[in-house]
Amino acid sequence: MENLFYKISEHVFGLLKEGEKLTLSFGGEESQFIRFNGAKVRQTGFVKDAGIGVELIFNNRKNNGGITFTGDLETDVTNTTAELKRMRDEIVQLPEDPYIIMPGNAGSSREDHRGELLSESDAVEKLLSPFVGVDMAGIWASGRLYRGNANSEGQKHWFATDTFSLDYSLITPSEKMVKATFAGTRWNDDDYNRFVADSIKKLDIMSLPPKKIEPGEYRTFIASSGVSNFLGMFSWGGVSEAAIQQGESAFCKMRNENLTLSPLFSFSEDFRTGTVPRFNGHGEVAPEILSLIDKGKLVNTLISSRTAREYNKESNFASGGEGLRSAVMAGGTLKEEDVLKTLGTGVYLSNLHYLNWSDQIGGRITGMTRYACFWVEDGKIVAPIENMRFDDSLYRFFGPNLEAVTEQVLMNPEVETYEGRALGGIHSPGILLSSFSLTL
Amino acid sequence: MNTSDLKKLLDGISVNADWIGLREVRESTSYRIIRDDKPQANHRDETHGIMVEVLVDGQFGYYGVNSADPAMIQMAAEKAAEQAKLASKFAVHRFTEEVRPMAKGVYRSPFEKYTDAISPGDLNDLLLKACAQLKVSDKVISRTALARIVETQLAYVSTNGSDVDQKFLIISSDYTATAQDGPIIQKRTDHGLLARSYQMGMEMFDEADVMIRSRKIAEQAVELLSAEECPTGKMSMVLAPDQMMLQIHESVGHALEIDRILGDERNYAGWSFVRLNDFGKLKYGSDIMNITYDPTIPNQHASYAFDDGGMAAKKEFIIKNGLLLRGLGGKESQVRSDVQGVANFRASSWNRAPIDRMANLNLEPGDSSFDEIIGSVDRGVYMESNRSWSIDDYRNKFQFGCEYGKLIENGKLTKTVKNPNYRAITTPFWNSLKMVGNPDTFEVFGTPYCGKGEPNQVIRVGHASPVALFENIEIFGGA
Repeated sequence: MENLFYKISEHVFGLLKEGEKLTLSFGGEESQFIRFNGAKVRQTGFVKDAGIGVELIFNNRKNNGGITFTGDLETDVTNTTAELKRMRDEIVQLPEDPYIIMPGNAGSSREDHRGELLSESDAVEKLLSPFVGVDMAGIWASGRLYRGNANSEGQKHWFATDTFSLDYSLITPSEKMVKATFAGTRWNDDDYNRFVADSIKKLDIMSLPPKKIEPGEYRTFIASSGVSNFLGMFSWGGVSEAAIQQGESAFCKMRNENLTLSPLFSFSEDFRTGTVPRFNGHGEVAPEILSLIDKGKLVNTLISSRTAREYNKESNFASGGEGLRSAVMAGGTLKEEDVLKTLGTGVYLSNLHYLNWSDQIGGRITGMTRYACFWVEDGKIVAPIENMRFDDSLYRFFGPNLEAVTEQVLMNPEVETYEGRALGGIHSPGILLSSFSLTL
Repeated sequence: MNTSDLKKLLDGISVNADWIGLREVRESTSYRIIRDDKPQANHRDETHGIMVEVLVDGQFGYYGVNSADPAMIQMAAEKAAEQAKLASKFAVHRFTEEVRPMAKGVYRSPFEKYTDAISPGDLNDLLLKACAQLKVSDKVISRTALARIVETQLAYVSTNGSDVDQKFLIISSDYTATAQDGPIIQKRTDHGLLARSYQMGMEMFDEADVMIRSRKIAEQAVELLSAEECPTGKMSMVLAPDQMMLQIHESVGHALEIDRILGDERNYAGWSFVRLNDFGKLKYGSDIMNITYDPTIPNQHASYAFDDGGMAAKKEFIIKNGLLLRGLGGKESQVRSDVQGVANFRASSWNRAPIDRMANLNLEPGDSSFDEIIGSVDRGVYMESNRSWSIDDYRNKFQFGCEYGKLIENGKLTKTVKNPNYRAITTPFWNSLKMVGNPDTFEVFGTPYCGKGEPNQVIRVGHASPVALFENIEIFGGA
């Protein structure tokens, strides 16, 4: 794959005319998917997919294209050459773009992570074997992922890795659910069976009669997974410098009104986790660590080179969309064994669902509680709760209402597959809130 | 590749299977975006591949492959068959060829002007003019004009004689203005995020129409800066068709997808409060609620002749006079559930297996004029254009927000209000439907961004609706 991509790149770079600059990017996957319902197979198959992105710059104009990569060198060279011709024909018609980022050469990189994946032919049987007598729905995704980049200035980056994930829900007869994700790069039968057995044990407590709670303000603990949902929202009109500049960010209040959050809240982009490539679509390499909020104060935003040029800022080589790629929230001092005792009486939320800004500029987020969520009294879990809608502001739950942060920071792997299998995940602790607004 | 070439590929496959289907998709998506008078994107992506699907021992297996090379197709079929055989011992349901009915036919999107009627340069010029038009005040801090053009060729052949050729031309546009006055920031779009998505041609980009739209959008963004906050309380609510689109989509469409009711989606988007024995019995809404699956409205976003399982598409009542009659499920869901469905077994592209999707799902017009609806309200809020949406995994408790509101006082639209939001529970909400607008108030919208499925799929849907009045709804404003 890597060699083919570079051969195609060399060919089309050789076709360039004076004044033309070209960047090629590559993304691909070879995946096995198995979808489960009722601990049985609903759908199963494979996807072999890859694409080449093309960015042509000429005479202060920019044009982007993208074609399917077939893996046949002759076909792919022909298709890429044809795409270059189409873009050349078009680019002369386009308006000048004052914010173009010319490709450079700041050095090349190569990472190839070989894992140990479960054999495709064993997958169905091995994955289902521990779910005896349990209702399980979920998705298995496994295989190799590729990312690449090359430009006409000679810079090259390649990243490949093997990954797998079984993202699943366990369901009791009374329709209470537990969520779990077994993910990694090296499959181990014993680890898997132990992980599943632990998740099945959690169903016991879900079998207790559920408690219906009324809308209102509650002392609340939100576990790592739920906190990762909040951090994920910051990729959508949060940490982006362009979004702040264009009045489309919940962080505008921090920038424009100097609002600060709790000193207990810090988070950063941290590529030391090694689960995602540090290079972006232009082949620019992000800093290893970039603090975004430090002890409640907005200290950096994600700034792409294009945004930097437009707003006279310094680029930190964010992706084009200025979203989080490797978010890590700092842990605190609350020990796991003290969570229930410190919560006292209130709600314990393991997972959240379907978050959206209900007032983006105000920083308010709505969503649902989901899966293992409990009513806690005097430090003891009493019952699962009926799902509730919440509607609250990050300026409250990451602000004055943030009472404690857990010491333990967990990795929440990214299992999204809309544009192909995603990489990485969000590292987050749990948070204890003095008050959280449940509304329906 | 035409369907005769695809049939040759099919004929060349040698595997031991009860049924084989090939679905080829070639799709190009172009974005032209001007922001603040500068080009933000001129981007065209093309994807092309073939989904090889085989049925072995009652289980389907698939292999989506980015090549039309006969050797690759043979490899894909072998791997799909092997996987299907391995999985068949653990299958949710033992399927037969019955769920892939023989389909033959052709579909073409209706359009007046093909994509070459406006050159990329001329389209950029038009968007530049729209962007300039959006600058109605210094308070407008950001402006965007966007055109999206999608061309899809979908061919499908199978060993039981299917031969389907469908071509789609889809155009979306949007013009957005964000205005700011101190800490107050308000945004207005052209009926919500890409809600103006249609099967049509470049006739969408009529300059006079684009200029009128752009000016109104920007003026309303500025107007919202000095508007009062939406009031809080239980009161009447009138929703414009561009918000009814979202309301139908989230609280009717997803809840009635049969694969969701069967539990396929429980690990992702969720389940449904609707159960299989609710069909024919559940009073979903008031007597004036009539919901149809309708592939027959010209230009609607998700019209087609056949779904990706080969079922022919035709208009069906899903809810009639408030009573739930039929689910949204293709042949696989129909045989699993024994519930009547529709032709909505669809995949987002060649690299995904089909699942139950919404397609065009509409609220049928009633007989009230817009003035009659507003005139019947003592106190309430009229809302336009979705900007926020969230609903629970059973499709019960929802909260939606809109860009633009107007107070209704004593039967008249009065002050503009900002940040209008509302929350409710699905069946009580639809049973509070008091008046439905007549055909004069009926408008057609769509979205390219409906997400569902594992692996995830984003697909286009269409929703048309008249204006509608709901009583006693919990309404509130911003932070």
